[in-house]
Amino acid sequence: MLVFIIRRTFQSAAVLLLMSLLVFIGVYAIGNPVDILISPEATPQEYADAVKALGLDRPMWEQYGVFFINALKGDLGNSFVFNEPALKLIVQRMPATLELAFGAMFIAVILGIPLGMIAGIKSESITGRAIMSGSILGFSLPTFWVGLMLIMLFAVILGWLPASGRGACVDVWGVPVSFLTLDGLSHIILPAFNLGLFKLSLTIRLTRAGTRENLQFDYVKFARAKGLSNFRVIGVHVLKNILIPVVTVLGLELGNVIAFAVVTETVFAWPGMGKLIIDSIGVLDRPVIVAYLLITVVMFILINFTVDILYSILDPRVRLGDIKA
Amino acid sequence: MKQRQAVIVLIMALVLLMPVWGLTADLKIGLKSEPSSMDPHYHNLTPNNMMSIWVFDKLVKQDHKQNLKPGLAVSWKPVDDLTWEFKLRKGVKFHDGSPFTAEDVKFTLERAPKVPNSPSSFSSYIKHINKIEIVDPLTIRLSTADPFPLMPTYMATFTIISKKHGQGAETKDYNSGKAMIGTGPYKFVEWVPGDRIVYERNENYWGGAEPWEKVIVQPKTNAAARVAALLAGDVDMIDFIPTADIEKLQKNPEFAISKSVSNRVIYLHIDSDRDVSPFVTDKDGKALDKNPLKDVRVRRAISKAINRPAIVSRVMEGNAIAAGQLLPDGFFAISPDLKPEKFDPEGAKKLLAEAGYADGFGLTIHGPNNRYVNDAKICQAIAQMLTRIGIKTKVDTMPKNVFFPRGTKLEFSFMLVGWGSGTGEPSSPLRALLHTYNKETGYGGTNRGRFSNKALDEALEEALRTVDREKHKQLLVKATEIAMQDLGIIPLHYQVNIWGMRKGLTFTARTDGYTLASAVREAK
Amino acid sequence: MSTPENHPVPDQNAELNVVSSSDVETPLRRFVSDFCESKVALAGLALFIMLIGIAILAPFLTPQDPYDLAQLDIMDNRLPPGEKNMAYGYTYWLGTDDQGRDMLSGIFFGLRTSLSVGAMSALLALIFGGSMGLTAAYFGGRIDTLIMRIVDIQLSFPAILTALVLLAILGQGVDKIIIALIAAQWAYYARTVRGTALVERRKEYIEAAVCLALSHKRIVFRHLLPNCLPPLIVVATVQVAHAIALEATLSFLGLGLPITEPSLGLLIANGFEYMLSGKYWISFFPGVALLITIVSINLVGDQLRDVLNPRLQK
Repeated sequence: MLVFIIRRTFQSAAVLLLMSLLVFIGVYAIGNPVDILISPEATPQEYADAVKALGLDRPMWEQYGVFFINALKGDLGNSFVFNEPALKLIVQRMPATLELAFGAMFIAVILGIPLGMIAGIKSESITGRAIMSGSILGFSLPTFWVGLMLIMLFAVILGWLPASGRGACVDVWGVPVSFLTLDGLSHIILPAFNLGLFKLSLTIRLTRAGTRENLQFDYVKFARAKGLSNFRVIGVHVLKNILIPVVTVLGLELGNVIAFAVVTETVFAWPGMGKLIIDSIGVLDRPVIVAYLLITVVMFILINFTVDILYSILDPRVRLGDIKA
Repeated sequence: MKQRQAVIVLIMALVLLMPVWGLTADLKIGLKSEPSSMDPHYHNLTPNNMMSIWVFDKLVKQDHKQNLKPGLAVSWKPVDDLTWEFKLRKGVKFHDGSPFTAEDVKFTLERAPKVPNSPSSFSSYIKHINKIEIVDPLTIRLSTADPFPLMPTYMATFTIISKKHGQGAETKDYNSGKAMIGTGPYKFVEWVPGDRIVYERNENYWGGAEPWEKVIVQPKTNAAARVAALLAGDVDMIDFIPTADIEKLQKNPEFAISKSVSNRVIYLHIDSDRDVSPFVTDKDGKALDKNPLKDVRVRRAISKAINRPAIVSRVMEGNAIAAGQLLPDGFFAISPDLKPEKFDPEGAKKLLAEAGYADGFGLTIHGPNNRYVNDAKICQAIAQMLTRIGIKTKVDTMPKNVFFPRGTKLEFSFMLVGWGSGTGEPSSPLRALLHTYNKETGYGGTNRGRFSNKALDEALEEALRTVDREKHKQLLVKATEIAMQDLGIIPLHYQVNIWGMRKGLTFTARTDGYTLASAVREAK
Repeated sequence: MSTPENHPVPDQNAELNVVSSSDVETPLRRFVSDFCESKVALAGLALFIMLIGIAILAPFLTPQDPYDLAQLDIMDNRLPPGEKNMAYGYTYWLGTDDQGRDMLSGIFFGLRTSLSVGAMSALLALIFGGSMGLTAAYFGGRIDTLIMRIVDIQLSFPAILTALVLLAILGQGVDKIIIALIAAQWAYYARTVRGTALVERRKEYIEAAVCLALSHKRIVFRHLLPNCLPPLIVVATVQVAHAIALEATLSFLGLGLPITEPSLGLLIANGFEYMLSGKYWISFFPGVALLITIVSINLVGDQLRDVLNPRLQK
């Protein structure tokens, strides 16, 4: 166990190092952010001053060295644009993105599992086929396109929900969350559905496959033979058995949802980290780009790590040594 | 039993939510761009400058047409060739009640050029001042080494902060609101980056209290999302309506539109300097060893080949004005003789033939795709038009983060760019875009075509030394005329700024594109 | 109750079935007949073939070359469907966009671009990812650990972010977008191939080949690879659809293809701003075309998965 953790930690550190280096070189190669940030009326002298103020006059290796040493101390540098610590900027916007991602997952599970079960039980009926066709659509439609259609329909034409932005927030343990207010809830529905649509389709398919598989098993026949109502058999016994794999897969998909929030946040003017990274790429704000990627990778590593550990606890047949460390 | 519990929980939840529910904003505005900081001197950038005048005031104000008007200074005059005197407004108080004096002006002039880590500082507007003299609490004199006619113009570019709260304050103290104590019409409440900026009115504003008790500004960078927010009633007003949506909004009785020509000219910058230019080729794409763009006849042919009215009506859907110089009518120091070049493809072909390019040549137009209104579309339309007179034109558009660094490195031969004159007069584009590039003096800093014309340089430099306003103006007009006749750049059109608002609101549209709550009123 | 997947029969029977039917049916024929059992999938396939036909024949089917700026006329822009081109007399059946580009021609050419970008990137990613996976599985040990570690990292890193960062660094262009798509997708192939190959490697025919002292190259490419193909094909179909959708999304974010040669995604993105103004055709029709394309590929992919997936086989 300990060996596993140590090995993982080392590998993760290597990944982070490599990543930061690659991104650093990459963003350095695109161009000088001062060209975009500076007022066009600036004289070459002022230009040089700005370059110097941001530390961009030094050779790249030196810049990376400075970054690296500071990063070890937990300081990922100040944003070129905002002159605030990059880490702070990201952490500030993280609750909004996480809220959106969990909202999307929630919708995927709440709608996906019942729909998937219906499709699994009545796979040949019109309902079942309709659900499956719907899930193919959900897989196929580009997120940005669906987002705009949702805004058009529910905000502009019907006027039921707000078109964009995040609603009123309340603080829960110092973290601003919006889903606890009516205003906030009405704002999150459309973007969460937009972001969750892809996962919704995935959930429907996983659940359908699981349901069909489980319906063949003996325990279902036993339960039926015992005279349990069909509702109870499916709603309790089958559900319990398909839930674990579905939730596991969705858990692993969480990282992907957070990343894909980039698109949804752009369309819905959602003040999360995804929008921050797009804006930062737009102005070559290197400290923020690097910090964002490092944080996301750390997040993925932690998610995978937790899943591996949980597996080994839940399933004694899996030993950590067997998992590719 | 269970039901009753549920009802109780529901009621409790509703009670808890009530206060949030009860929130109604007096004015909600959706904006295209968000400031990078609340610190008024950290970043010389349009959204920052715009938001700063909500909370702070300038010595000299620009009205909605960028004419200079008294702000915190009630009057100004040159005492001699090298000194300007500003008389300050009496009885102005900061939001905390402390009085405004010449000390605050001095403090601002000393701080503004030197904000740490500033990616673009205000030093261009202040560095000429070599002596600041406080005559009395309401009189201040600013001296320069050379005669400096632009002093009042430059004093209208940045806002005055409080010495009391500004001492020792860093950029982050402005972002948090701690140092956001100004003299302006609105008090700063909070900034949630990416989400909103909240203001409340300053009851004791020297210009009279505003009608809006509270104003919420929300960034909505995506144009479609911004328009949808207006249509859905999420916000009362938005800026920069895409040209595509104007026609429909205008017909909708629920909404109103306010327009003004802007100070921004969209133009083509041409490599008129190098003998071999990277994107000038023959028709098969092979590099040419001679740069035809150096020939003024070729540049004129290009200008004649462009159908400006078509760009205005078809690409901009009527929301632009064909341009013949650097600033539109109504601005200071405009040449009355310069008109937009007439569309004349035959004349263009003739000129090309005269210059020895009867068969045309190949060219690539580079442009940004997320900077100016319809920028990528204009590039394509121009490529169409040039291809028709035999200049086979390719289009390469890219996001601004790639475009501007490459442009500055002179990687392009022919590019679409825009210039907004924040100062509201032509010395700014003449100096930065058209004067010969000179690293030492700072002239021509944005001259990406490295255009050079001696006569222009002389006229401009003389204008910048002439304090007499009429003479100063005539010299600027002269410099503009030389630049346009020699086609240092090819002006295309002036952008039009467009705001949309719900029915019942009026907005005084501004040439600088600023969205100010103080320009929004309930219609009578 | 007639589709094959509906009767998951125990495994022993599957062996028997295969044995008993193999002398009358070649695997290919069985595959074809299995595939044809789903009418929807067949329709999807027919649709897909039609789309490929359109893409290939686009220059002959369209009245206008939408990539040639000289053929566009700005004066004809934003015309609603059914208007006529005055100069040449053809009709804009689906209207024109903001440059006066005939939408029908634009969609046909855009389909060509989208499909070729999708197919090219899927193919190249398959070759690259597949060889990495095969190498890992065949050699095992440290090479395996190293490659699979990289794959894990790549997979934990969302495709869209990989592509975003790469495009930000590389700049724009068809070649660059293909590179970004390959980088975003190769790991899926590597993982799939490795998984299958590990199973296959333990089978007797590989051992036999090793005993015969055949070269590594020959074993890998002539013996191992063909047997790993079925799951790879399934992944590839799904990934083509993903690649097309991803390219559309990247174009929407302003990082995609050159503006004068729009793909379906770029056509949608360009027409996007006209959605609220009532000029629906500029964005709507390319959207429908993109939808049809991706749905048809997914329908085929779905059925392929059912037919080729050994766990669901009869």
